[in-house]
Amino acid sequence: MDTANDDGLETGTIQDLDGYQGALGGLSRRQFLKYCTGVAATLGLSSWMGIRIAEAATAATRPPVIWLSAQECTGCTESLLRAYHPTLETLILDTISLDYHEALCTGAGHQAEAYKAKSMQENWGKFVLVVDGSIPTKDGGIYCMVAGKPILEAVKEAAEGAAAIIAIGSCASWGGVPSSDPNPTLAKPVHEILPGKTVINIPGCPPNPYNFLSTVLYLLTFGRPPALDVKNRPKFAYGRLIHENCERRPHFDAGRFALEFGDHGHRLGFCLYKLGCKGPETYANCPAIGFGDVGEGNWPVGIGHPCFGCVEQGIGFTKPIHALAQVKTYTPPTAFPAVNSAKGEGVSPAAAAIVAGVAGLAVGAGAMAWRGMDDGKAESDRDSGQGGGAP
Amino acid sequence: MTAITHRPLGGKMVTKPFLILGLFLAIAAYFILRRFLFGMGDVSNMSNGYPIGTWVVLDVVIGTAFGCGGFAMALLIYIFNRKAYHPLMRPALLGGVFGYTLAGLAVMIDLGRYWNAFNLLLPWYAQPNSVIFEVALCVMAYITVLWLEFWPAFLERMPLAFKQRYRLDQLQAFLKRYMYVLVAVGVLLPTMHQSSLGSVLLILGYKLSPLWNTTWLPLLYLISALAMGYGVVMMEATLVQRTFKTPSEVALFARLSRVVAGLLIGFLALRWGDLAWRGYLGLAFAGDWDGNLFLIETALFLAPIFVLLSRRRASQRWQFLAAVCLLAGGSLYRLNSYLMAVQPGNGWTYFPSAPELMITIGIICLEIMLYLLFIKTLPVLPGSAAEPHGRPS
Amino acid sequence: MSISRREFLRGAAGAVATAVAAPTAEAAAPFAPREPKPLPPKALGMLYDSTLCIGCKACVVACKEANDKPVEQPQHLAQWNEGAWDAAEDISGKTLNVIRVYQNGAMAEKDREINGYAFVKRHCLHCIDPSCISVCPVSAMQKDPQTGIVTHNPDACIGCRYCVYGCPFNIPHYQFDEPFGRITKCQLCNHLLKDNPLFFSHEDSSKAPPGTSATALWKYSRIPACCDVCPTGASLFGWVEDLQVEAERRLAFKPGEMVEFPRGLLGGDRPGQVAPVGHYQPHIYGEKESGGTQVRYLTGVPHEKLGLPKLPDHSSAAVSEGVQHTLYKGLIAPVVLLGGLVALARRSARNEGEPKNDTERPS
Repeated sequence: MDTANDDGLETGTIQDLDGYQGALGGLSRRQFLKYCTGVAATLGLSSWMGIRIAEAATAATRPPVIWLSAQECTGCTESLLRAYHPTLETLILDTISLDYHEALCTGAGHQAEAYKAKSMQENWGKFVLVVDGSIPTKDGGIYCMVAGKPILEAVKEAAEGAAAIIAIGSCASWGGVPSSDPNPTLAKPVHEILPGKTVINIPGCPPNPYNFLSTVLYLLTFGRPPALDVKNRPKFAYGRLIHENCERRPHFDAGRFALEFGDHGHRLGFCLYKLGCKGPETYANCPAIGFGDVGEGNWPVGIGHPCFGCVEQGIGFTKPIHALAQVKTYTPPTAFPAVNSAKGEGVSPAAAAIVAGVAGLAVGAGAMAWRGMDDGKAESDRDSGQGGGAP
Repeated sequence: MTAITHRPLGGKMVTKPFLILGLFLAIAAYFILRRFLFGMGDVSNMSNGYPIGTWVVLDVVIGTAFGCGGFAMALLIYIFNRKAYHPLMRPALLGGVFGYTLAGLAVMIDLGRYWNAFNLLLPWYAQPNSVIFEVALCVMAYITVLWLEFWPAFLERMPLAFKQRYRLDQLQAFLKRYMYVLVAVGVLLPTMHQSSLGSVLLILGYKLSPLWNTTWLPLLYLISALAMGYGVVMMEATLVQRTFKTPSEVALFARLSRVVAGLLIGFLALRWGDLAWRGYLGLAFAGDWDGNLFLIETALFLAPIFVLLSRRRASQRWQFLAAVCLLAGGSLYRLNSYLMAVQPGNGWTYFPSAPELMITIGIICLEIMLYLLFIKTLPVLPGSAAEPHGRPS
Repeated sequence: MSISRREFLRGAAGAVATAVAAPTAEAAAPFAPREPKPLPPKALGMLYDSTLCIGCKACVVACKEANDKPVEQPQHLAQWNEGAWDAAEDISGKTLNVIRVYQNGAMAEKDREINGYAFVKRHCLHCIDPSCISVCPVSAMQKDPQTGIVTHNPDACIGCRYCVYGCPFNIPHYQFDEPFGRITKCQLCNHLLKDNPLFFSHEDSSKAPPGTSATALWKYSRIPACCDVCPTGASLFGWVEDLQVEAERRLAFKPGEMVEFPRGLLGGDRPGQVAPVGHYQPHIYGEKESGGTQVRYLTGVPHEKLGLPKLPDHSSAAVSEGVQHTLYKGLIAPVVLLGGLVALARRSARNEGEPKNDTERPS
């Protein structure tokens, strides 16, 4: 296989598999298990879950997947094609059965449509529906026609028989570019045209391929979607603000900002907040997993461009790129001094002892003086005698 | 009118109490050295919430009130022409000399930028709106006046031949002739700065509890200074009498007591009346920190009133007790209004550190040591050659 | 010669009346506060909008650099990161400006009093009628007659710390840790403004030579460092009168409305930011407090919660100076009193003079 040739290491290992016959897309058993364990880690599962994922991924019958493309740019597919552990073909040829995908289909035209119809009929209630791109709804959805009928209808039809629906990319998840003002086609996200159905949203423009792969493998392994947030996004990927895991966060905390592209602060890797970074209001795991599998720091903020909030409805394609983000710090800021934090020294034992000693001394001396004094009656003669002499 | 003479007490200088006091002074000197080498934070707990600590409050605000004996007696003897009290004048004056001089010393320790202190005297830096400016100038002038007032004690001690040789006898005559000017100035200056010590607090605004913060503060401070002045004379004379077996002045004090009681009644009436007028009477009985401090103060002022207006005032014991209560009340009033009833907010707390207290104690010890030195070597205490002091050596 | 109480009181009353002058007769409020001071003609100031503040502390860092102040550490942090982080608890001798936080309950939402949190920036408010100037005995504290900026001159300062004691906001701080400590306070980056030829124009203040260190950009700024670096315009520099108008403008909006907030210098040509209007408390702190201040606050939670005390409309300086000016007006009262005292003292000196003469001999 191509990838095997690419890395040139494990070409001959396909035959050495025990139990995973022909299913590993040119990977060694070790490599494959590492991949599955990696997926488990991405999902936040324990490492032995990797084995179960591996089992699911190599099951004899591969779950069928129907991939429909609406108003999209194929960016999601392109992104997916650039997944390297494993490669996309491992997924679509060995792990799942990608029965229909306009860009990746071997067949074309009526042949492809016929295969799609056949697959849906055979696997009714079992296949996974993936949609990329937003759905035009104006004028009966005529602005996106596939095989002579609006994609709106195709999606509604396929959704009826789908075991799970995944909306990949921002367009499918919340409308994305096509839904931006003035939205001439009245583009809507998938979940809005499928009311009452659970649509797993994997937003992003493009979305990170591993968020998609991990979600699919979770579905295969457990037969149910991973934990989702209120916007039906998998929590493992969209649970935290980019701001919280950003490698430039210390600069933000220290108040060091790049002020314009190419300035000293920008070259030193200071925080991009002032350039309009939307990290503080965007929920995604970009800083944690990066893009393109070329090592750490390979994501927009990492290479010096402010995050523009592509995954977040109302931010990406909506807010101006260099407008400031609304900082959503849901974790209470503990690194700030409180308004009334206690300051000043308390009572030290030595100081207390001195005060007590002085008080005791004063009382003692007073009492001593008091004891030796006249009580007034006995001395009255002397007083009057002296008093008389004074004037 | 009998002639008033003074004579030195005499006796051994280095006694056991003197050495103990000296030990405390040495400890204080060590901490004072540290303060100048490493900064105030090294020895004190003063902070930017409580920038005025024990050095100013105990040594200056309360210390000068204790030094008001000279002021109070001068007012009585020279202004109201009550010569009967003349025997008390010079010891009271000496108390004032040291009370004020050592308050000046404490200020120099406390000033954060002491090397600039002379700026107070440079006219182009003067800031006449500042209450502290007035207090500083007044206190400096008063220290000078006190030493001049006390100067005759030195002159009397000098041999006649020595004085004649340096024409000091002329100075003595000059001082004697114009002493009344010094006395008048010596009454005016404390009137000004003791009342201004109260005015200083007006700037605190909300930081100082309304129980203390009133525009009557200058008058309250003046009255309390006078009362404390009489109190300190009573206590001092009693203690000296007990310690050195000098003639008792109980009878004198018995008559003074009405004056003191009058002052205290005036003080309390003004304070409570003002409080009621401003509608803060409830705060006094709120049962909280401030309210309780206020009530303790009042109790300490009421006790001497009752003692001094009763028949007990003839008793040395009760006089002493009244004086102690009065001084405690006055000190507490000053301590509260400068420190304990001040709440700067923003989470600040303050309690003096041990070295800070030791410096204050050391200065007080120095005061006592110098007082003992002076009464033993200079003609301060009343007495004549014909009637020697009880303890000759 | 005994003294009767009546006699004494009569004398005392006379002396006291001279001392406290005529106003003692005026019932329980003996001294009227001095007239409040007016806003200086070209008063410069700052508007701090707590709802815009994101707590990034850029202003704290910029302030330290602009004023050459060292890193500061609270005691409990010092042991494990000495010198690494700047984490001042409050303004101090080393920190002129600090962002503090108000926290309540779950701290779930910003600018909410219950279960919320809010930021507050603390530094000198540059009072119109400052207590620190009123108490300073050596004129070390000065208020610029034009811009109204309150500055401090360490060469005059004697370190008595009454400015610290008297400030209603606890702003001037003395460096207790130094053997030759100074009083420190925010001086509105007066040193930057002074050397600035563009000071009185509304030029863009962020121009710097290409390649300038971002952290040193303030050096080329024309406005106080904190306002210069503030990313959201929470700290806004400008003329006090304009800032007051701006604050009133903000209060007039509906919460949530999208509005452009200026950044840096009010009226400068720096781009603003469009942001939703916060839920303001309907009060501009500093408009009237303590006779008015040149730094004003808009907050989302009541200002007392942020450590900004509730204050009367007049400055304590006015009260204190009202008393002093009444007592020492033209030094009349002290001179009259002195005259009386001299006369009385002279009388008693005469009385005792002759008979005592021979007994005053040295022993």
